Amino acid sequence: MQREGSPWRGVGVVARKELSDHLSSVRMLVIELLVVVTGVVVVLVSLQQIRDVTAEDPFLLLRVFTRSGEQLSFVFVLTLLVPLIAIGLGFDLVNSEHNQRTLSRVLSQPIYRDALLFGKFLAGLATIAISLTAMWMVVIGLALAALGVPPNGEELARAALMLFVTIAYAGVWLALAMLFSVLFRSAATAALSALGLWLFISILWPFLSSHLVNVFVPASAGTADELLNTLATHQAVRRLSPGALFGEIVTVLLDPAVRSTQQSQLAAMGLALVEPGSIPGAPLPLLQSVLIVWPQIVSLIAGTIVLFVIGYVIFQRQEVRA
Amino acid sequence: MSEQVIEAHNLTKRYDGVPVVKGISFSVAQGEIFGLLGPNGAGKTTTILMMLGLTEVSDGQVRVLGYDPVRQPLQVKRRVGYLPDAVGFYDNLTAAENLRYTGRLIGLEADECEQKMVEALDHVGLHDVTDRRVATFSRGMRQRLGIAEILLKDAQIAILDEPTSGLDPQATIELLEIIRNLKHKNVTVLLSSHLLDRVQSVCDRVALFSQGNIVLLGSVEELGRKVLGGTSNLDVEAEGNGIDAKLRAIPGVTGVETLAPNRWRLKTDRDVRSEAAAAVMGTGGKLLRLAVEAPSLETIYTRYFRDEELGGRHAA
Repeated sequence: MQREGSPWRGVGVVARKELSDHLSSVRMLVIELLVVVTGVVVVLVSLQQIRDVTAEDPFLLLRVFTRSGEQLSFVFVLTLLVPLIAIGLGFDLVNSEHNQRTLSRVLSQPIYRDALLFGKFLAGLATIAISLTAMWMVVIGLALAALGVPPNGEELARAALMLFVTIAYAGVWLALAMLFSVLFRSAATAALSALGLWLFISILWPFLSSHLVNVFVPASAGTADELLNTLATHQAVRRLSPGALFGEIVTVLLDPAVRSTQQSQLAAMGLALVEPGSIPGAPLPLLQSVLIVWPQIVSLIAGTIVLFVIGYVIFQRQEVRA
Repeated sequence: MSEQVIEAHNLTKRYDGVPVVKGISFSVAQGEIFGLLGPNGAGKTTTILMMLGLTEVSDGQVRVLGYDPVRQPLQVKRRVGYLPDAVGFYDNLTAAENLRYTGRLIGLEADECEQKMVEALDHVGLHDVTDRRVATFSRGMRQRLGIAEILLKDAQIAILDEPTSGLDPQATIELLEIIRNLKHKNVTVLLSSHLLDRVQSVCDRVALFSQGNIVLLGSVEELGRKVLGGTSNLDVEAEGNGIDAKLRAIPGVTGVETLAPNRWRLKTDRDVRSEAAAAVMGTGGKLLRLAVEAPSLETIYTRYFRDEELGGRHAA
């Protein structure tokens, strides 16, 4: 049966109210603190490394993001921190409306449920985008001040793309947190479930996935093809984690010399992928780097949409009454 | 005959195949205060949610102001104000901020919204606490803020779900007064309650719910006639001799009970006040008090269900 009226009516109003709630909340203060501290620490550590290692590098600024010492790289910190921020903002988006008993009152206004859910998601994403952009600017600003080398256009473009991808990565976790906030009436249960999944995917899955592959697909590294096949299987299973996708994208985007998402694994085995006619270590143009990880970027965005839609369908079917 | 603003026909709601509202039909006229009364779990709130398009209708249909809440929920929700059971507001916002949010959702212009908001808060007596956070509000204040929201909306129909539950007597009286004022503003009011006597005073007509059915429908007097068999009690207090016999002789009096010396309770099946007065005067006695005991919903309700129960036993 067709319903009348636009599902978008009220999205802007809801998003504006939610954004103002987020920005004035104590949670936002905590996030800001995290962002600033992380940015400063990462830059300090990486600057130390860069001074020692790199004398002349055409992509000096990008090294700040990637070469931040053995223990602490900015990308690794982001992989962990971004989901934490997203879950922190998203775990009580919908169930708080239930618990404050505001849901039926708001839905009795002339808007569809779509607008409420979408407005909340947009506001959450905007909040994360603001925080991440701030962190990005802290890192770039400090790096520029400390390095004293003006960045070239391509460096800035790659850094900006990384920011965009980071926001998309945050979108996946925000959609997941929102899904849990639809599923569980108790905010604590929703938060715990989301954090549990985050822990599993971020920390346990990389180990578990390689074990699983080893069990089901015995490694046979006879020829180069077989080796690459095994690597591809490992990668495919690991990619179920959005963190793995994010890692692959950022590695390729931030290092123009990286020509394949398998390069680091091969390097770990003392191997190198040499394409005929290419100069090893030569930088790729920006567009080529993007093309290598385009499927991963699309996957992140698709993952966000799928999780949002699952939450949306469940929310539509839920009863309003407490 | 005035226009019907709500018409439900064979309205049914099933949760997982279990019917909770079983094919009810009723209509509410413009400007009326209509009560949905009955115990908790009788299907009142579900009926309300179906009228607002907030839950699916399993069977039958309902029209609100001529619109179908299933297909045209935005049209319905723009014109109908809803005060849910134990209404909630955003605690971190002030009363004004909460109403402003609603105003924007409705689509009011900022100036218009501010002006209506002041009027609405004034009307429900919350103008002093406009800029206080709702977290500090009592239950009664929240209910009144909910009514202010309905006024802000310029709703043609106000649907109030258990508006008086959990309120102290003073707050209840104030709220009922506000509800009566809604009627003066030409707003049709539909309210649900499980507290029969409290709302009896404000309702023009009531529908008594029981286990998903409307078992009785009509004005309180009508129901009284129907259930209590048209009998009502007339209390007479008078001084004099032989009054007792005279009272018994009045046609329409089915029984006389002596409550105390000089006090009688007549069971009647019609209005016999003038005859009773004449009877007392006829004996040369002195009439002290003459009072008709109005049928209370509580009496009607309990009587109805006692009869039902007895009938059920007979049938079994």
